[in-house]
Amino acid sequence: MSNKQQEGKIIRISGPVIEADGMRGAKMYDVVRVGGENLIGEIIRLNEDNAIIQVYEDTNGLRPGEMVISTGMPLSVELGPGLLANIYDGIQRPLPAIQEKTGEFIARGVEAPAIDRKKKWYFKPTVKAGEKVNGCDVIGEVQETSIITHRIIVPPELSGKILTIEKEGDYTVEEDIAVVSNGGGDVKLQMMQRWPVRKPRPVAKKYDPTLPLITGQRIIDTFFPVAKGGTAAIPGGFGTGKTVMLHQLAKWSDAQVVIYVGCGERGNEMTDVLREFPKLEDPKSGEPLMNRTVLIANTSNMPVAARDASVYTGITIAEYYRDMGYDVALMADSTSRLAEAMREISGRLEEMPGEEGYPAYLASRLAEFYERAGRVKLICSKDKEGSISVIGAVSPPGGDFSEPVAQNTLRIVKVFWALDADLADRRHFPSINWLKSYSLYLNEIQSWWKKEIGEGWLKLRNKAMALLQKESELQEIVKLVGPDALPPKERGLLEGARMIREDFLQQSAFHEVDTFCPGKKQYEMLRLILKYFDKTQEAANKNIHIDDVINMNSRENLARMKNVSNKLFDKKFQETEKDLDKEFSLLEKGGS
Amino acid sequence: MSHKDIEYTTVTEVAGPLIIVDGVKDVAYNEVVKIKTSTGEERTGQVLEAFTDKAIIQVFEGTKGLDTDKTSVRFIGETMKLGVSKDILGRVFDGTGNPIDNAPPIIPEERREINGNPINPYAREYPSEFIQTGISTIDGLNTLVRGQKLPIFSGAGLPHNEMAAQIARQAKVLGKEEKFAVVFCAMGITSEEANLFIRDFENTGALERTVMFLNLADDPTIERIILPRMALTCAEYLAFDLNMHVLVILTDLTNYAEALREIAAAREEVPGRRGYPGYMYTDLAMLYERAGRIKGKKGSITQIPMLTMPDDDITHPIPDLTGYITEGQIVLDRGLHKKDIYPPVAVLPCLSRLMDRGIGEDRTREDHADVSNQLYAAYAEGCDLRDLVAIVGEDALSERDRKFLKFADEFEQKFVKQESHENRSIVQTLTIGWELLSDLPTAELKKIDEKYIKKYLPKTKEEKE
Repeated sequence: MSNKQQEGKIIRISGPVIEADGMRGAKMYDVVRVGGENLIGEIIRLNEDNAIIQVYEDTNGLRPGEMVISTGMPLSVELGPGLLANIYDGIQRPLPAIQEKTGEFIARGVEAPAIDRKKKWYFKPTVKAGEKVNGCDVIGEVQETSIITHRIIVPPELSGKILTIEKEGDYTVEEDIAVVSNGGGDVKLQMMQRWPVRKPRPVAKKYDPTLPLITGQRIIDTFFPVAKGGTAAIPGGFGTGKTVMLHQLAKWSDAQVVIYVGCGERGNEMTDVLREFPKLEDPKSGEPLMNRTVLIANTSNMPVAARDASVYTGITIAEYYRDMGYDVALMADSTSRLAEAMREISGRLEEMPGEEGYPAYLASRLAEFYERAGRVKLICSKDKEGSISVIGAVSPPGGDFSEPVAQNTLRIVKVFWALDADLADRRHFPSINWLKSYSLYLNEIQSWWKKEIGEGWLKLRNKAMALLQKESELQEIVKLVGPDALPPKERGLLEGARMIREDFLQQSAFHEVDTFCPGKKQYEMLRLILKYFDKTQEAANKNIHIDDVINMNSRENLARMKNVSNKLFDKKFQETEKDLDKEFSLLEKGGS
Repeated sequence: MSHKDIEYTTVTEVAGPLIIVDGVKDVAYNEVVKIKTSTGEERTGQVLEAFTDKAIIQVFEGTKGLDTDKTSVRFIGETMKLGVSKDILGRVFDGTGNPIDNAPPIIPEERREINGNPINPYAREYPSEFIQTGISTIDGLNTLVRGQKLPIFSGAGLPHNEMAAQIARQAKVLGKEEKFAVVFCAMGITSEEANLFIRDFENTGALERTVMFLNLADDPTIERIILPRMALTCAEYLAFDLNMHVLVILTDLTNYAEALREIAAAREEVPGRRGYPGYMYTDLAMLYERAGRIKGKKGSITQIPMLTMPDDDITHPIPDLTGYITEGQIVLDRGLHKKDIYPPVAVLPCLSRLMDRGIGEDRTREDHADVSNQLYAAYAEGCDLRDLVAIVGEDALSERDRKFLKFADEFEQKFVKQESHENRSIVQTLTIGWELLSDLPTAELKKIDEKYIKKYLPKTKEEKE
């Protein structure tokens, strides 16, 4: 094996794609340095002496004849304490450090280590010399942020006996903290490790997801839940609220670590997260949300080749925290931009296009990405679990879900939240269409809801769904005859469905209380609304005039349930229920 | 040896807007090229693809009259740059950055790469300063803030230019007098349309604070590719070096996208939707994302791009990709225009993504968000009822529904419609909103907090009596 680095010369430049000769011996997906400015690129095709390279930075002004040097390493990320609360570009360069070096605009060829080399972390060993360790076994701990304890784990492909381990104390990420003997020799371990982004970190076994990822969003948790370790797609045209929804999920999901990948989207959206997350409190710990979040930003005007790297960088960091035994959630906004980047590069390679110009391997690439999600048994010696839930936004052209990216995504993911422009136009948010969306996790997670929240959960949910379905059928008739022509029972049904839509499904991301709704509160709200509906049907049987039921005072209480404080709702809802019963019994007396 | 002095006469192919030159050495990607025709006329081009001994060049002024015999090509050794200086204000430039106002060329303090570099998201300041445009549908329902990019989606024959001129004329931040500038970038619009803006800038005295980049309908189409980049480079200089608040008007992006498609087709690239290149999203983003604010800098860039939707189709790739990048959109509607409503803003599909942070107690008024949501919801309901009425007739409606139906009509006539020189303050806009809402049953105003209803809802006649 030779360590000779391949040195070649540029022979062609076409946008983000360049071709170099003299590259024989370089490996596919190796990282290369391009030109005098040392731009970063990756080999994406080899042909005898020639290598085709996608460059992660702007190629303006590059000339044929400039040097291309292979580093002999695949694109890798640095993993260790210091990732959380940071914001990176697509190839894991920290944006604050870039700003220090080149100012407010991102210049080319900047280098900055992903993890601060100088910062000292307080390391506490959890193993002793002589112990045997496997890959992903914890050998020590660092309090990375106020919420997350960073467990220092043995790299996945290493196992052996601990020869020495350092004492409790302050270390940088590059200082040796342990030596492991693995038969072949002694390996020094540091707090930082590297992992190639395109290679999934190994797991022992994949489990079925059985726990829900609680998001505090009623339409998601109650109607179309996603499981911890599950996958979900959220497609929608522009202005339907994809990004707000993803921000909500990043804020309120009960994952322990959140990775947010802004892939080809607006710069201001990342700024919004950076501005808001440090101020928001984690509902469980009360600490700033930023302390459990890693941000990756490849905004739409940043180099297109780094778009696909950004998603892989994100999921590799997610896997690293999963390997510590955490529940991780990754949001990718938006996977369509990733697909478009693939299409652009594929076009420059003059590959035979598949559907709508996307490369033929679009489906397999998307599947590879989503398959890195899951609830898994870790490879470590103890029986431990971790999970990654992946939620990807899809931005279909013209809001038409029949396009290749949306369709290929739907084939893989288990939860589909269909955003609807009509709902968004009338400011029904979240604008998730309840008739088109689905979740395949309902059965897997129902035992959790029944145990933790209420026995009747699935029944309530299905009853509400049936009501909404019935409403959409009735709406067809209403369009022809007008609502007044319907029999009272049907009108009661329309009212019930309207309440579910307006008072349960609609939820304001910007209201201080309504932005997060605990599971128990969701359950109670839906129970009361359906109780009201049942009563309207009874009332109709007893010939009470439907208008009296529709105009009763308790309805307003029901409508304002969502804004009742999350801490005090129990008591308040009991009162609401009492008032409701009272009012109905009065009506019955008056009516009979 | 510098290759700047070499004149190549090795043009081997002329195809559409492109030429291919053989036997060249050391050509840089995106390098600027000077081309001389056999009659001595000089043109400018840019390298699209560079090989060791060959270059593909796009010619901005068109390839008419070029040949594969005598045409000579010189590479100038640098990529496209724009010279900037304080004196740039008040000047007019053509598609290749040469002044066309009969004044001497400016002496640049600096020459800047027109492609610019992306703003580091970490360095961005989140836009939150309310801009009052005096147009109710914008201020009240789709508020514009400093540093936003808010496009106008229009159609052929709709008054989007009047509207943009009105915004440029009336836009101001309440309670402040600050340095501002307008950068006007015309891509392929007619001279008549351009004159409308120029006249308007003259009348309001804004001309000396305006920089114009003009490529009119009869100018070379390929220049439209570089024109907005020059305009935005100029805007960045004014905003982030000279601390000015810059309003950039880009019109018409549809022509820009057509030029992009023309080049892609000439290069025989694999087309994306409707023949537009697959990288159009990235390309448009390189323009739109140059709007914004930067932490620690006083200036800002606010963009109003305008585009005409082919056949009024909002799902056409140009508006569609734009909508995915910009922070909202103002959509104009032919139906309203036919009803003689100016500005014909179709309220329902409009959106301003940055509105939430730009309105409220300290910025506009405490009740703004609630009023806006309520107006939206009520108007949407009214519009639905119109469809219903078309089938069952108005008599089949309930009392409540009839009120919403009437609301929708009144809303269009009183709130949406205004004069092209009517500059409504935000308080006036909200007052009109409340008056319209007072015609609805108070119990229906579910989106408004009770305390605002008490404070702002005008007393109806019966209550007064």
